[in-house]
Amino acid sequence: MFRFIGIAVAALLATLVASTPTFAQDDSYVLKRIKERGVINVGHREASIPFSYIGPDGKPIGYSIDLCMKIIDKIKEEIQAPDLKIKFVPVTSQTRIPLMANGTIDMECGSTTNNLTRSKQVDYLAVTFITGTQMGVKKNSGINEIEDLNGKAIALSLGTTNEKAVKAVIQEKGLNVKIVMVKDHPQGWLALETGRVDAYATDHVLVYGLISKSKDPSQFKVTGRFLSYDPYGIMVPRNDSTYRLIGNTVLADLMRSGEMVKLYDKWFNPGPTNINMPLSPTLRTAFEIQALPY
Amino acid sequence: MQYNWNWGVLLQGPYFEWILSGLGWTIGTAVAAWVIAFSLGSVIGVMRTTNIPVLRAIGTAYVELFRNVPLLVQLFLWYFVFPELLPKVAGHWVKRDLPLPEFSTAVVCLGTYSASRVAEQVRAGIQSIGQGQRYAGLAMGLTPVQVYRYVLLPVAYRIIVPPLTSDFLGIFKNSSLALTIGVLELTAQTRQISEYTFQPFEAFTAATVLYCLITFIVMTAMRIVERRTAIPGMISLEAK
Repeated sequence: MFRFIGIAVAALLATLVASTPTFAQDDSYVLKRIKERGVINVGHREASIPFSYIGPDGKPIGYSIDLCMKIIDKIKEEIQAPDLKIKFVPVTSQTRIPLMANGTIDMECGSTTNNLTRSKQVDYLAVTFITGTQMGVKKNSGINEIEDLNGKAIALSLGTTNEKAVKAVIQEKGLNVKIVMVKDHPQGWLALETGRVDAYATDHVLVYGLISKSKDPSQFKVTGRFLSYDPYGIMVPRNDSTYRLIGNTVLADLMRSGEMVKLYDKWFNPGPTNINMPLSPTLRTAFEIQALPY
Repeated sequence: MQYNWNWGVLLQGPYFEWILSGLGWTIGTAVAAWVIAFSLGSVIGVMRTTNIPVLRAIGTAYVELFRNVPLLVQLFLWYFVFPELLPKVAGHWVKRDLPLPEFSTAVVCLGTYSASRVAEQVRAGIQSIGQGQRYAGLAMGLTPVQVYRYVLLPVAYRIIVPPLTSDFLGIFKNSSLALTIGVLELTAQTRQISEYTFQPFEAFTAATVLYCLITFIVMTAMRIVERRTAIPGMISLEAK
């Protein structure tokens, strides 16, 4: 009997010691598996400039990656694993959700739109960026709005929210636009540069990025009204509110302290690729609203 | 695994129609490419076995070029680079006015690539017959063309039915690469469905089953061809 009490007390003490951190980790399957593996698997994109892309030294860098690093620091603290290893797993717009659902990656740091359909399979942290569908066109093409594309051709990237948005508008307005499907952003841009299409539509920030990297940036412009609303978020596995709370706490701290704006400026204003996108009033408000207090 | 299964999406509109249309494009691309592969491949294969050095050189160069460059690279070159090499007007026509540009490019690319493989099979078939029959045919007064037409090719084609089956199957599977230039075939439609519904596992399972079904049908058909055309005593099903 005494022995049993002894064990019970020891167990209670152990629980107390282990639960000293602010978060109860026992109910978090993601934290549990990170701890068991001793590795956190981070999904990243290879060409989502400047969110998540391969830098000059071959390692993933970008705005989303910086944010994820802050979250990982906090996770290290929470599970008391200062030497937690970080493994980067490249993902594409097609593989990111399956890889998250089957447990290969523990967070995705890219340029992923948070929408309700996707939320059936994954969860998202706070909104860290706001964009929408716009078109990249040649300056001398005379195209200003999607209506100007009647009888012309547009390239769309397979499996993106932009594709859905553009197709919906074309159908609604009964426009006669030839749609050329492409595999990814570089191919879409190549189709525009070689004159196969008259416009390439994707998230406006990505169009700015593509223009800044093209041979002759002065030849192109971003045009048209926003055809969709795309709030970006860091993607995390579903049904783990403990794990999600850690991420959202870090993001709220960054937004409250103003460090978020500094990080934003580091990557966008003007940013390493000269993307030159000052913080928009909408995003500034989003940061303010999401800076939840303790 | 944190995943919400929903097999029902596969039967919902428009996703069911997408799968069907994808299946159609896959079969269309593969069959059209096979027509090119088989006819062009036969010509190149025959060229490699003739006694005329120039023809042999052309045949060898063709096979080495098209067999050694990865298919994905070839697709990219045909789609993005080839129109730039043409005169401006012709290039513009290819880019803008060519009917079904993605499909035509994919068929030409897949056809010319597979032709190099068919050519090697045809060459192997002809060479396996031995020089004796060629000489016998020539000695009987047949022209070289007639020797190929009536003596060598009828036997050679029958010998190479089994390896040709593999190439025919391969063309169906390789056709999935056409999605990289925007042909909405089966794999592309599968990706499309998984992006619209976020049910990738269901969509890809459906695609896997359909690919298996196609290859199974092709294999069965080729078995029948093989049995019908078998030459007694030659390498064929009966020899097994």
